[in-house]
Amino acid sequence: MSDTVETSGSVLEPTARATTPPIGAQGATTTGSSSPRSTSEDVMPKRVRLVFLRNAKSLVGIAILLFFTLVAIIGPWVAPYSPDDIDPAASMSAPSPTHWLGATQLGQDIFSQLVVGTRGVMVVGFTAGIIATCLAVIIGVSAGYFGGWGDEILSMLSNIFLVIPALPLIIIVTSMMEHPTSWTVILVIALTGWAWGARVLRSQTLSLAHRDFVEAARANGERSWRIIFFEIMPNLTAIIASTFINTVVAAVLSEVMLAFIGVASLSDWNWGTILYWAQSSGAFQQGAWWWFVPAGLCVALLGMSLALVNFGIDEFVNPRLRNTGMNAGRLRKLGIRPRVGFTPVVVTKGRASK
Amino acid sequence: MKALVRKIIFYLVTIWAAVTVNFFIPRLMPGDPVQSLLARYQGQISASAMDSLYVMFGLDSNASLLTQYGRYWVQLFHGDLGISFKDFPTPVATIIGQSLPWTIGLVGVATIIAFVLGTLLGVILGWRRGSWAEALIPATTFFSAVPYFWLALVFIAVFGVAYPIFPFYGSYTAGLIPGWNWDFIASVVSHAFLPAATIVISSIAGWILGMRNMMITVSSEDYVTVAQAKGLSESRVMFGYAARNAILPQVSGFALSLGFVVSGTLVMEQVFTYQGIGFQLLKAVGAKDYPLMQGIFLIITLSVLVANILADIVYALLDPRTRKD
Repeated sequence: MSDTVETSGSVLEPTARATTPPIGAQGATTTGSSSPRSTSEDVMPKRVRLVFLRNAKSLVGIAILLFFTLVAIIGPWVAPYSPDDIDPAASMSAPSPTHWLGATQLGQDIFSQLVVGTRGVMVVGFTAGIIATCLAVIIGVSAGYFGGWGDEILSMLSNIFLVIPALPLIIIVTSMMEHPTSWTVILVIALTGWAWGARVLRSQTLSLAHRDFVEAARANGERSWRIIFFEIMPNLTAIIASTFINTVVAAVLSEVMLAFIGVASLSDWNWGTILYWAQSSGAFQQGAWWWFVPAGLCVALLGMSLALVNFGIDEFVNPRLRNTGMNAGRLRKLGIRPRVGFTPVVVTKGRASK
Repeated sequence: MKALVRKIIFYLVTIWAAVTVNFFIPRLMPGDPVQSLLARYQGQISASAMDSLYVMFGLDSNASLLTQYGRYWVQLFHGDLGISFKDFPTPVATIIGQSLPWTIGLVGVATIIAFVLGTLLGVILGWRRGSWAEALIPATTFFSAVPYFWLALVFIAVFGVAYPIFPFYGSYTAGLIPGWNWDFIASVVSHAFLPAATIVISSIAGWILGMRNMMITVSSEDYVTVAQAKGLSESRVMFGYAARNAILPQVSGFALSLGFVVSGTLVMEQVFTYQGIGFQLLKAVGAKDYPLMQGIFLIITLSVLVANILADIVYALLDPRTRKD
């Protein structure tokens, strides 16, 4: 529904002022003149594919994400030292050409720990995110589509999981395991993290299940699984994607936190493990900022990149949220003051005078 | 009426589920709590006391699981959460009673500050789109993605060690006698400053963003246009018409977040050695103190549930549409 907005080589035109309420709650564009379908082909350029990728925010987010993925894959090979190597001479040394981010009390190279630890964070975050999203889709969509008693029970279940606080439960369960592996952490995070997504997906499915195109498919005699997979699911793509991203963020934060409090296994390196050792060695009281600052920044950067992708998805789905701030300077030049109910609509040069 | 009954059933089922999860956690996990207790107090507890310990912790192997489950409920209704392993003869309820006020005070106040500030900023950002203030959004995203315990570490390193402005250990100066006098209150406030700042900075982004998005959605509604067409002042339209309607989801979010007040900042308390519920939970985890872990988990779940009930009530008061049936 959102690929109707053109963004190529164009001038902004404030079609929707305060006085022109846009069409529809989640209307894709505000005026007919900007919709590529309603204009003659010779004026409008070709429909732009992958509009999502033209959003500056999501591009930045995806770039950072790709960078971390790359590091996660090649990390152990490119790290200058082994993260466990002890070099007493370098103990607590500040960043230098030999140790880019300094060294720990034992003289371990922090940059290498960071690079090697990326894999653990990414694998746990994304695997937990995938499992939790699958659970959310299965439970949410089937509850919303089939309704009845199954819906009652599944909704009740997801509401209970929403109320039961995940974080303390994760801490307690993991701490009781004798030898928690990454898989235990992944499973515990996934099993406690699906409920919110299921709730959102259920309500969206509910509203889709009785739209005309679904009724038409049903009247045509299509089977339930076909309606679900080919009529309903494509319309849920954006929500599923943002559910996935939110779960990944939560999983990364939970994992780093578990490692930080020393509950998860300390034998695998990840960013939380670095913070654990930094805190237990009193790095922050000795002013050894190079020990704990980079790891936290990496978590924040990863989280931010995921949030940016999520913004991109939000704006892709709901054009009203598209950030006019990026174009603030341009708008001012055109003498347009962005205000209430303002939705910028892009029109090609030839039609700007309209 | 029907909706009310459903809600009540939901709350009852949730309480049941929480208690049941709580009951099974120590029983399904590998390891024997009594053995670990004996190991902790090596030689101080005679082997003959073992049987009575099993009974005391409700792990009597002679009783069936069902009987144990029944006893657990009876105990709960008596307000008996068991006895802590860590501080051996102290009841869990006492420990929780001592630490809960600290958490609620600290995190509660910080959450309210974050909510009020964030919502106000969100109103302004949503109203004046395209101004320089929009640049705040990526910055707040960054701060919301920062792990809060890490932010706490950085604060300690900067404001506690490098420039010692604020204390960062405990909740009041050691040696002061708790009471309603100026010295004590000042000490509590200065000790709470860094932890509270951590919570506000890492949670404000969510409020800003939520409110901004709602403002943008609401401000293109007809009634806002009409209000503006009537020539009402800008601030009147902004607060009286747009913000008033946009704030609904924020309020329910706030009530929900009050529940996470208790659970959400567990680790931060450990970093600041703040004697709240999270600090106790992590200590219990370290000492494998099952009864204390269970008790704290139950209290956290109950507080989330109470916050949910409050959210439902507030929502019904604010939005007549939810009261329809």
